[in-house]
Amino acid sequence: MREVAVIGIGMTKFGELWDKSFRDLVAEAGVKAIMDAGIEGKDIDAMYIGGMSSGGFVEQEHVAPLAIEVAGLEDFHIPATRVEGACASGGLAMRQGYIAVASGIHDIVLVGGAEKMTDVVGTEATNVLASAADREWEAFFGMTFPGLYALMARYHMHKYGTTQEQLASVAVKNHYNGSMNPNAQFNRKISIEDVLASPMVADPLYLLDCSPITDGAAAAILAPLDIAKKYTDKIVKILASTQASDTISLHNRKRFDALPAAIHAARQAYKMAGVEPKDIDVAEVHDCFTIAEIMAIEDLGFFEKGKGGKATEEGLTAIDGQIPINTSGGLKAKGHPVGATGVAQINEIVMQLRGEAGKRQVKDAEIGLTHNVGGSGGTAVVHILGVI
Amino acid sequence: MAVPRYWREIPARYNLIGKRCKVCGRVYFPPRNICPVCRRKSVGQMEDYKLKGTGVVESYTIIHVPPPHFEGEEPYIMALIKLDEGPYVTGQIVECDEKDVHIGMRVRATFRKIMEDGEKGAIYYGYKFVKEEE
Repeated sequence: MREVAVIGIGMTKFGELWDKSFRDLVAEAGVKAIMDAGIEGKDIDAMYIGGMSSGGFVEQEHVAPLAIEVAGLEDFHIPATRVEGACASGGLAMRQGYIAVASGIHDIVLVGGAEKMTDVVGTEATNVLASAADREWEAFFGMTFPGLYALMARYHMHKYGTTQEQLASVAVKNHYNGSMNPNAQFNRKISIEDVLASPMVADPLYLLDCSPITDGAAAAILAPLDIAKKYTDKIVKILASTQASDTISLHNRKRFDALPAAIHAARQAYKMAGVEPKDIDVAEVHDCFTIAEIMAIEDLGFFEKGKGGKATEEGLTAIDGQIPINTSGGLKAKGHPVGATGVAQINEIVMQLRGEAGKRQVKDAEIGLTHNVGGSGGTAVVHILGVI
Repeated sequence: MAVPRYWREIPARYNLIGKRCKVCGRVYFPPRNICPVCRRKSVGQMEDYKLKGTGVVESYTIIHVPPPHFEGEEPYIMALIKLDEGPYVTGQIVECDEKDVHIGMRVRATFRKIMEDGEKGAIYYGYKFVKEEE
């Protein structure tokens, strides 16, 4: 297997981007990554694009050739593949790109992720997102996506004494981080009181416990480490790329206080990278809901199971804390265009490792981790990146 | 939605017919084609098995932002229920005040209307749960 590097990144601003179409977003993120890497379009050997439901959101499937077309790359006839794993689609695209380069099949690979979520109205977005859950045995009966995480939140609170304020402290931290990220959907700081005064979505999750509906795209350029220097000096190495699965339905899982797929993917990633949780300097985790970040920092081994809420409340996951989590603002504040999220997480970690994260820079960050989850935990993808 | 999609799930949704692996005796609901413990040995060995419909609330939520077919019904209680035979199931709890629902509460399945496909479409039925009287 060859060693693989990220040689370029790019993303759009995240938010409710009414003036931008799915195509505009894909083109913008892709071009930014290509320019950042110092490559030309003709250097690209393959493309993988993550997207959860372009069909549901903009009535457009077959988006890989569409991405090739908007990027003006059709004359090269390179293979282009869309990858789907609900909210983990972007992470899966990244992993497919990694596998393609590591195996020697392709040299330069463009990885992308995109979702245009605000072109539907009313509760339709809720309905499309519910298709990441089990349509026949969860959604059919009236279950929603926030509802599934609310079940896990209530369970975690009951079992470990996690509090409503501890959940809220995740959102408060991530909004604080997001206030320093120009690409974030929300640059507004919030308080615990703001979270607890926001409308209830699925008890015990308030609106401000939930990540928003977002438009956005992100991209990254991958290359074999040994030829990466030909293009750029800003090289970040991929130390691990792992993925695990579990049942699509929550009710068929072996436990409800963790995402077993995330635990599996994390264990394999630490082994592959030859590092331990304590070696990670910064992590982007899948905080689609505040409870999801609490479970994530436990599942990743940063904190003991059941202690994630307390750790967050005590500031241990702040930028200057023991393990800075979601410096970008996370899904909560940066926004969550579902298919783009996994690649946007890579963008943030690469920025941190290059020392380009500005006001939210983690001092001397050398090893970073991303944790991207699909559905209520049916898919989990973990990447560990390091400076060279 | 085409009616057959709902029609073929009627045994499970109306009468809680799940599956029992004849090899190991484990019971599955919702029905599964393959027992994840016995795997290939279970192929062709999964028999219909009617669950009693009684169980206990393992976790619950109150839905305030509903999906399209449930608009107007909010707030409503959705729960993760451990059935007495072992499987867990997701279902709505009705005839229960949101202040009364709690983890550990005994419930039993009851036959109810779940939703309708617009004004002229099919009406879909299935199980919901009510508090079990002690």
